[in-house]
Order: sequence, then C-alpha cells, then structure tokens
Amino acid sequence: MKASNTMRLCFDSRSANESFARTAVAAFLCGLDPTVEELTDVKTAVSEAVTNCIVHGYREKIDKVYITANIYSDNRIVIKIKDKGCGIADVKKAMEPLFTTAPEEERAGLGFAVMESLMDKVKVFSQPGKGTTVTLEKQIVSKGEDYVHNSRS
Amino acid sequence: MAVEIQIKEDTVRAYLSGELDHHSAVGIREKIDESVMQSKPQQLILDFAMVTFMDSSGIGLVMGRFRLMQEMGGKVILQNLPAPIRKVMKLAGLDKLAEFL
Ligand SMILES: Nc1ncnc2c1ncn2[C@@H]1O[C@H](COP(=O)(O)OP(=O)(O)OP(=O)(O)O)[C@@H](O)[C@H]1O
Ligand SMILES: [Mg+2]
Repeated sequence: MKASNTMRLCFDSRSANESFARTAVAAFLCGLDPTVEELTDVKTAVSEAVTNCIVHGYREKIDKVYITANIYSDNRIVIKIKDKGCGIADVKKAMEPLFTTAPEEERAGLGFAVMESLMDKVKVFSQPGKGTTVTLEKQIVSKGEDYVHNSRS
Repeated sequence: MAVEIQIKEDTVRAYLSGELDHHSAVGIREKIDESVMQSKPQQLILDFAMVTFMDSSGIGLVMGRFRLMQEMGGKVILQNLPAPIRKVMKLAGLDKLAEFL
C-alpha cells in the first residue's frame, strides 16, 4: 500500500530532543484525528525508542537519530526510529520485560514492554556495531467507521 | 519538569509537574533523594497530579525510590495519577510495589 502522507526527521542524540521527537511525531499524527489516548500511546512509544537510541545505541555520545513516519489510507501510522550506534546482539533477550544493560542508571528494562503494549506491532532490526531500527505500527481507530466503510466498498 | 517538596513530620511529599522522561528524571531524582536522605521519613508520597507525560524513565524513578524507602523501612505512596500515567504504572506492575492513592 502506498503511504498517503510521509515525514522524516534527523536530530542530535541529545536527551533534550526526546521531547521534541515525540511531540513532532504526535503533531504529524494529528492528521489522522486520533483520540487523546491514541496520541499519548504513540508519544510514549516514540519516547521509549528515541531514549533507547540515546542511552544505549550511542551511550550518551552525540550522533544522529533518524525518524520516518508514514500514514496509510487505512488510518495506520508506521514509525521507524533508527540509530547507527552499538546495535543489539540478542534482540529477543533485549525485548524481555525487566531486561536491562543499564540498571545502575535506574533503567527499569520495560521500554520494549511499554512499546508493545501501547502499539499494535513492534519490530526490531539490529546489527551489532551497525545500529538499530525499531518499527512501530498502530491503527488509529477513532475513524473506525470510515475505515469499515472504505474496506467494504 | 519541576518538583516541589514538602517535609512534615515523618512524611516527604514530592509534587511533580511537567514531562517525566530520561532527560528530566535525573534532576528530579537528586532533589527527592536529597530530602529523603536528610529527613529519613516513614513515607514518601509522590504526587503526579501535574505530570503531563511519563515513559519508562518514570517507572525507573518510582522503582528506585521504592528501593531507597525499603532500605530505610519506609514506604512509597503514589498519589493523583492521571489516567495515562496510571496505565503505564500498572503495566510495570508498580501497583504491587507501591500504594496508589
Ligand atoms: N537502540 C538501541 N541500541 C542498543 N541497545 C539497545 C537499544 N534499544 C534497546 N537496547 C538494549 O535493550 C535493552 C532493553 O531495552 P528497554 O527499553 O526494554 O529497557 P531499558 O532501556 O534498559 O530500560 P527502560 O526503557 O525501562 O528505561 C537495553 O537495556 C539495551 O541493552
Ligand atoms: Mg528503554
């Protein structure tokens, strides 16, 4: 399916940009007329992925974080959050609830669990030494009636 | 993100406001811990009424304060959680660690 609207962001991996990133994606998503809850869910999931790039991917060194977001005509948003940092050796293990490699920083190890519970799909592609891409997907149901209508016709 | 702290008898109350994420969590943690270490309270009340956003960095903050209070034989109470924040806290199972008011 061809995206009906797209955007790209590239910004420094500074913690001050975590708020910028989630707010920018939320503003883009507003085109789909989401509910307040859907908007908060997406903001929170994006914040998790971006924070992971900054904290783990780049280990607080300044580099670039990349976000692309695509909106599809069936009211779906697909967001890719990418870093070119250290990568994850064992993705399955990393996604387990409470698993963290940074307990001394009071990380709970729940970022992926939060993403999975708030989004419909979470995919992680990572290569050690090359970086990590997290793909988040959510169907925005506030226009559910339109969606059912369109898919019938 | 800001925190206003009130100390009264055996209770430290921390009124958080704004967005609680990785960027803001460190400063908040330092301010809370400073008061807790000074007054060694029986209970630490974290008030979320004015918190407009929270991700897993907030979970880490609560879990860390829970451990600190546990070491001193005290407890943590979470107060006035807005619905989206309650959702994230419950997901993390924090309703089993701390008291919700
Ligand atoms: N972009 C990334 N680059 C490298 N490693 C990552 C990345 N994202 C996640 N990880 C690894 O996966 C682990 C789990 O991530 P998750 O977000 O679930 O927990 P956390 O970040 O450790 O803690 P929390 O998100 O609760 O603060 C991390 O501790 C880290 O080892
Ligand atoms: Mg994380």
